[in-house]
Amino acid sequence: MGKFLARRLLNYVVLIFLATSFAYVLAATNLAPRDYFEQMQPPPDPELVNAELDRLNLNDQTPLAERYANWMSGVLLAGDFGQTIQGGSVTDQMLMKAGVTLRLIVVATLIGSFMGIAIGAYAAVRQYRAFDKAATGASFFVLSIPTVVIAIVIQVGAAAFNDFIGFTFFRYSGEYTAGVQGEWWELLINRIYHAILPTLVLALALFAAFARYQRNMMLDVLGSDFVRTAMAKGLTRRKALFKHALRTAMIPTITYFTFTFGMLVSGATFTEKIYAWQGMGAWLIDSIARQDVHVVAAVSWFMAVTIMLASFLSDILYAWLDPRVRV
Amino acid sequence: MSSTTERPDQGSQTEAPAVPPAPSRLKDVLRQLVATRRVIIGFAMLAGLALLAFLGPVISPWGITERDYLSTLEGPSPEHWFGTNRTGQDIFTQSAAGLQKSLLIGLLVAMISTAVAALVGAFAGYFGGITDRALMWVADLALVLPSFVILAILSKHFMGASGWLVLVVLLAGLSWMVTSKMVRGMTISLREREYIHAARFMGVPPRKIILRHILPNMSSLLIADATIMVSTAIIGETALSYFGLGVQPPDITLGIVIADGANFATTAPWMFLFPTALLVLLVLAVNMIGDGLRDALDPTSKSRRS
Repeated sequence: MGKFLARRLLNYVVLIFLATSFAYVLAATNLAPRDYFEQMQPPPDPELVNAELDRLNLNDQTPLAERYANWMSGVLLAGDFGQTIQGGSVTDQMLMKAGVTLRLIVVATLIGSFMGIAIGAYAAVRQYRAFDKAATGASFFVLSIPTVVIAIVIQVGAAAFNDFIGFTFFRYSGEYTAGVQGEWWELLINRIYHAILPTLVLALALFAAFARYQRNMMLDVLGSDFVRTAMAKGLTRRKALFKHALRTAMIPTITYFTFTFGMLVSGATFTEKIYAWQGMGAWLIDSIARQDVHVVAAVSWFMAVTIMLASFLSDILYAWLDPRVRV
Repeated sequence: MSSTTERPDQGSQTEAPAVPPAPSRLKDVLRQLVATRRVIIGFAMLAGLALLAFLGPVISPWGITERDYLSTLEGPSPEHWFGTNRTGQDIFTQSAAGLQKSLLIGLLVAMISTAVAALVGAFAGYFGGITDRALMWVADLALVLPSFVILAILSKHFMGASGWLVLVVLLAGLSWMVTSKMVRGMTISLREREYIHAARFMGVPPRKIILRHILPNMSSLLIADATIMVSTAIIGETALSYFGLGVQPPDITLGIVIADGANFATTAPWMFLFPTALLVLLVLAVNMIGDGLRDALDPTSKSRRS
């Protein structure tokens, strides 16, 4: 199993490197940092613009290969992702923003997948009953709504609810109240309070996908011989369902998780932007408007790493759930 | 797909009248589809929406960008069925035109990406070895690339009259991977069947075996998957357009209309409500059809449905 995981890990590192390089080249050839400086008011001196672009390693008159080599060697040797177009360090800002995004994604993934698997599996056990019909219908409906629309609708709903009851019960803008002071637990509660709605949005979409998939997988397994055998040899229904049926039915769901995670990461981008969170996704959208090549490449690196981490995690879970992989 | 047209012919060619006609899979599937309520409702909804999308801009008295300066930001009325926006543009006309483009984008993306997925998956699975490794590695790489980032970086190419076609190609180019892995898996199991062996021993070139024998045999899976892809593409385009990174004006899609309306969702709900409802109905209809198709075409999933 160790060898299996090590080989996967090596493959992932290579893929991350290539994905980041590709994103850098794409950004460097398609974004125009020069325009960003030239459209400033008053228009700066062309010499100054050139000097500034050179300093930032963004000058389009330097060959792309040279710029790429400069940037990549910084990343590989010093973990330095270059400078933003305003001159700040990309790495420092990224460390700050990555936490925001990771918190959102991790909590939403945990809530969404747990709820999805539990409800999907239970719906399969209660096939054709009221619970199953309600759960299947609900997840089908949610899957038909883009994350963007869910995010806006929940935000609008929260605003309307706040208006209705007369004070701000739901927080739907920002990651914490600006300028809030207090003990660490007050700050924590403030942050959690702000996180409720965006996390809910992300978890909802994930929940729908998982519930649907898990129900189908569980139904496949429920009719199989080994579950019947488990019950025949005297296991209680509960034990047979949990130890044999659910465990087996979760294996394909783990693989499915890897594929949905990329979707979740872009879903997080929309949610951050709409709920005014200063995370990686919102940063990406702002940077594209600012023609900021280094930030775009760094965010791509971050997204590739999270996707790979999710894949690696699902490899481990897979090996844990499916004894055949372990040999 | 050619198999579906070939098979009924084969049935009619049987000359001995004593032999009962071979059971036609196409007929079977059709009967099943008609019996599935989901599919019928889905098709009816889709037909209604398509009608609205293509007739709407024609029957509406307003142009897409035409402004009615006398009524800006007004609710639904006999003149403006879905109301107007801040600059007096008619929401009904915009939604219908946007629906049309969204529908076209969804269909085209689904067709292209399913074709790519089928070819890549089938070639990888059939040849195995180095071809398989290389193709699947490309698929893995494409899965790692954050598709949203790439589309966003390239969004300046979506300008102009044919800009939306560039978006279609890119969306398709970033969404074939998962299906291709599925196709590869099925090809590997099909490769060892007798009729494939027979074709190979008769000297049929691999390219022909794949196109003639392998792909038609999984056409049901491909059709069902393409349907799901339609809704995925529509959702993806909406998300991009919401941030102004999708189709660029003067082209209009549902995403753009929704993005316009989102800021007015509380003050002028009609601006947000109508296009969003159309979008959700569209995706719902496509998903219902895809779901029903998958059931009708995949005999192993019979027991699953309520």
